[in-house]
Amino acid sequence: MKPAPFEYFAPDSLEAALELKAQHGDEAKALAGGQSLIPAMNFRVAQPTLLIDLNRITELRYIRKNGALRIGAMTVQAQAEYDGLVATHAPLLHEAIPNIAHSQIRNRGTVGGSIAHADPASELPVICIALDARMRAQSKSAGRWIEARDFFAGLFATTLQPDELLVEVEFPGMAQYTGYAFMELARRSGDYAMAGVAALLTLAKDGTCQQAKLVYLNVGDGPVEASQAVASLKGTKPSTDAFRHAALIASQKDMAPFGNLHASADYQRHLSAALTERALAKALARAEKTLKS
Amino acid sequence: MTIADYPISVTINGRAYQHHVEPRLLLADYIRQVAGLTGTHIGCEHGVCGACTILFDGKPVRSCIMFAVQADGHQLMTVEGLSSDEKHLHPLQEAFWEAHGLQCGFCTPGFLMTLLPYLQDHPKPSEEQIREAISGNLCRCTGYQHIVDAAKLAAEKMHTS
Repeated sequence: MKPAPFEYFAPDSLEAALELKAQHGDEAKALAGGQSLIPAMNFRVAQPTLLIDLNRITELRYIRKNGALRIGAMTVQAQAEYDGLVATHAPLLHEAIPNIAHSQIRNRGTVGGSIAHADPASELPVICIALDARMRAQSKSAGRWIEARDFFAGLFATTLQPDELLVEVEFPGMAQYTGYAFMELARRSGDYAMAGVAALLTLAKDGTCQQAKLVYLNVGDGPVEASQAVASLKGTKPSTDAFRHAALIASQKDMAPFGNLHASADYQRHLSAALTERALAKALARAEKTLKS
Repeated sequence: MTIADYPISVTINGRAYQHHVEPRLLLADYIRQVAGLTGTHIGCEHGVCGACTILFDGKPVRSCIMFAVQADGHQLMTVEGLSSDEKHLHPLQEAFWEAHGLQCGFCTPGFLMTLLPYLQDHPKPSEEQIREAISGNLCRCTGYQHIVDAAKLAAEKMHTS
């Protein structure tokens, strides 16, 4: 099908875009890369009456290291994929990006667009939670920081206000002696994953687990953190058995997957558990490397 | 509600096009129906099949999930731009012909536009790398093996001629 008619604005400055947002609020839908929005419009699942195309706002396309790693909301995913600063300072993000759809989609899809879209099946919201990212929300009159944990508000929902745009994502560095891993499984390359996990493991000097983090995609109405599984790891000596135990807790207690056409809820739990074990093992190997160097 | 027509200037395959378009017109439909370049095919209209892949400022994108107004001021390349005249094929097209990289041909323009910049940047891709590079394009005829063979052959042709 074809999209329903809409009014179109393509401001070339953030100021002009925020002015439009102030005037039209929720009625005005921001068009970032459009790689989720336009398919939805083609199917007429989405019928916005007014689009503010942000693609001409070049001031929102940047990757900087200024204390934390800062990525402008309109930075295309392909740029972040091959960026040296991202690889060095947010290696978990670097590892996750190639899993986002296909290369042709990443050439157009943006970092901020994917985050503001808040699809529970997408990778970037999970990475934001795992890395304790902060989102910069801007309206015509004010700007504010929103912690990733307070940003996602359920299925395709965020705590952005009707007059606000997401303008920047800030990724703080990882703690010392931290290993990371991102893994997902899809039926075909580029499809929505049936399950996926971002794992972080921080070791104490004596090699015990000081801190861990497990965040899952597509098993809830947003990124799902496995807090009980993580609690079981804290203070223990990392081992295959401990990881298997944690994977069991994560998949049985911390998540409540819905199941879908490609994977039943039980299968999603099974895959999430398998990925958890593998991701924790990989994160551990990387953490041990930092301990030795 | 009246929706104003938007004036756009687009360069496709080196030629300048100027039209007025409705904002909701998809870029793929613009290329086919307004610019008259029907080599770009439309399959799924939601970015999954890759048949509509074109180069947008040199990078492969899905033209079915972009609006024509967004191409204003940009450089596009479609499958028609591969060969400079009707008598010769681009080495990439030759390779697809020789290695039987197509059967019905519907998906082929998308494969070619995906592979062109990839093979320019990767003179000696492995089979695995080729399979990853074309993973965003669907083909229902070939079973892909001949497309992989064609891509390998194309890499040789493109970097020796």
